[in-house]
Amino acid sequence: MARLQEAAVKQIEEICDRYCDEKTPLMMILSDIQNEYGYIPLEVQEIVSAKTGISVAEIYGVVTFYSFFSLTPKGKYVIGCCLGTACYVKGAQKVIDRFSELLGIRPGETTEDGLFTLDALRCIGACGIAPAVSINGKVYPKVETGQVEGIIESYRKEASA
Amino acid sequence: MALINIKIEGLPYQVEEGLTILEAAKKCGYDIPSLCAYNHGECNQGSCRVCLVEATGARGLVASCVYPVAEGMEITISSPTATAARRHSVELLLSNHNQNCQQCDKNGKCELLHVANITGARENVFGGVHSETHLDEIAPGLVRDTSKCILCGRCIERCKNAHGLGILGYENRGFNVFVSPAQDRSFAESPCIQCGQCVNVCPTGALMEHSEIDRIDEAFAAGKVVIAQAAPAVRAALGEEFGYRIGTPVTGKMIAAMRRLGFKRVYDVNFGADLTIMEEGTELLGRIKNNGVLPMITSCSPGWINYAEYNYADLLPHLSSCKSPHQMQGAIIKSYWAEQNGIKPEDIFVVSVMPCTAKKYERQREQMKVNGNWDVDAVITTRELARMIKRSGIMFDRLPDEDWDQDIMGDYSGAAVIFGVTGGVMEAALRTVYYKLTGKESDPIEFKAVRGHEAGIREASVDVNGTTINVAIASGMKSAKVLLDEIKEGKSKYHFIEIMGCPGGCINGGGQPYVREFFLPNEDDDIVDTYKEKRAQALYSEDERQTLRQSHNNPQIKELYDKFLGEPNSHKAHELLHTTYAGRERFPAK
Repeated sequence: MARLQEAAVKQIEEICDRYCDEKTPLMMILSDIQNEYGYIPLEVQEIVSAKTGISVAEIYGVVTFYSFFSLTPKGKYVIGCCLGTACYVKGAQKVIDRFSELLGIRPGETTEDGLFTLDALRCIGACGIAPAVSINGKVYPKVETGQVEGIIESYRKEASA
Repeated sequence: MALINIKIEGLPYQVEEGLTILEAAKKCGYDIPSLCAYNHGECNQGSCRVCLVEATGARGLVASCVYPVAEGMEITISSPTATAARRHSVELLLSNHNQNCQQCDKNGKCELLHVANITGARENVFGGVHSETHLDEIAPGLVRDTSKCILCGRCIERCKNAHGLGILGYENRGFNVFVSPAQDRSFAESPCIQCGQCVNVCPTGALMEHSEIDRIDEAFAAGKVVIAQAAPAVRAALGEEFGYRIGTPVTGKMIAAMRRLGFKRVYDVNFGADLTIMEEGTELLGRIKNNGVLPMITSCSPGWINYAEYNYADLLPHLSSCKSPHQMQGAIIKSYWAEQNGIKPEDIFVVSVMPCTAKKYERQREQMKVNGNWDVDAVITTRELARMIKRSGIMFDRLPDEDWDQDIMGDYSGAAVIFGVTGGVMEAALRTVYYKLTGKESDPIEFKAVRGHEAGIREASVDVNGTTINVAIASGMKSAKVLLDEIKEGKSKYHFIEIMGCPGGCINGGGQPYVREFFLPNEDDDIVDTYKEKRAQALYSEDERQTLRQSHNNPQIKELYDKFLGEPNSHKAHELLHTTYAGRERFPAK
């Protein structure tokens, strides 16, 4: 527990307090923490456990059940490649493979410089523009493998600017 | 409760409203195949689908363990659809199960194998891959092997119900789900107290004690002087492994069996229990007299010690510094006994037979040594002793009743016997404390107000020569927490508190024989509710049969102090019989 800074502990406790009147506050607490910090490591789960009385194992179970929650820090840019049925049929596997090849990481992993995380998503509801890629909320329609290098470069440029 | 009319297999019955189909059917004489031999709110999720039946008013087949009966309902258990569905459910469970039944220590007590047999499950119907196995053999007390887990969740519920702990949970999603302490940690790297309650409810071999039988075999092979000592609760339950009814004490046959297994001496840990009372009683009186830290809390249960170290580090000064009885006795064997018999302590191998899995951890604590030698070298559970007896071909029921070895540590009091049940240590201590304060024995000898056999809290006030001693007893950490929080808030009115890790005390320890209806055909229907009381009764009746009822009257205890230890709490006693505690990090960095 000592591994967390006091300010962080305080903020996590404050997030827990937001939902103290809720009957089942766990999902809301974890969502806020995920949004705030980008991940929910075990040390943070221990604080949530102490505040809510829910066991660490149960919290860990929830965090590992939902793909929205992450145990490790995500990159500055989270590249979500949709692999839903429509996107898959339209060649999404090739697109994600190209991202994987150029970034040197597998889906679910983050680049060493902390810039990119590659995620495989299951249908983001943009089937009309398949295959779709979503990067920090911005959606790229009908992505072809030839575009992938350019997309990555644009974010590298943005980051170094 | 109102009665309602139902039909099972076309025959009319009247049953109570609100029952599940499974419960109602049982009352009418139908044991629907299920994995519910130990349900009682633990599991009851209806997720295993083994108990499917047809019921009018329901869509499709229903899981009888969760579906309630209703007026006019017609239930069919034996139809081809229902029997095939139950068989399929079991085959699906088996499709992701490590079927190395021949090598599994749970064989013969496995609920999955049992339902596979009675539902007629066929071999390898579904084929395909198995999910990844997670194996934890690091913890001294427990082994977790997810290749045998059927994800029923009983262990998760038991840990929550007994201790409010919830060490175990489901991890991941879909085919990758497994049951584990957070982060797939070992039990040893999480705040698990290694009590083994989860082992007691596991239907398969996914959770087991960490066996130490091999260590004993090696000690025999190496020519060590192997000495066995058995805890009181073992005699109250060992018989169950050999077909005796629950609550039958088998002390004499147990001793005879242990002798035939080759142990050089067979001692009762009750001698150590009497010694504990002398030390702990003296410590308590000292604390009362000298305004020491009160309430004082017992320290016999290693599950409880683990809990305190993980969760209440600031209350550790309240714990008695006494080692637990078997550790004390081990220390005496490796010192006084060794000296008297002219045997080097390093040539002695002490085996404790315990109702407990946490004792396997306890014996490996750094402080549990005398001059560099472990007090105790191996701990086996009641179940492991039964396994050793069975593999050696000893016909338990044909054994004569034999007595403990009598040299140096053969005598024991009735007070020591009742250590095995919640409230027992308290009562034993009160008998001696009463004598120390008044100079005469309590009358009646018993302090029945502190007795029980279930989890929960009991309290009593005992008037001794004008001094009122307030005591409380808790078993299971959920109950203990209430008393501990009182101390933390400065509101505790007690002088002395007994805490046992397992609900009901050692009689219900994590190393005791499994209680499952299906292999106890001669027991009453409510055996899963009454077994604790029956085992407790076995101990109380042995106490009553003893002529020696108080620890301080044990002549060999007196002799030990006269010849070796001096006074209770003497320097030598502290060196051999006492220990220290320290807070522990709940999830240490990996």
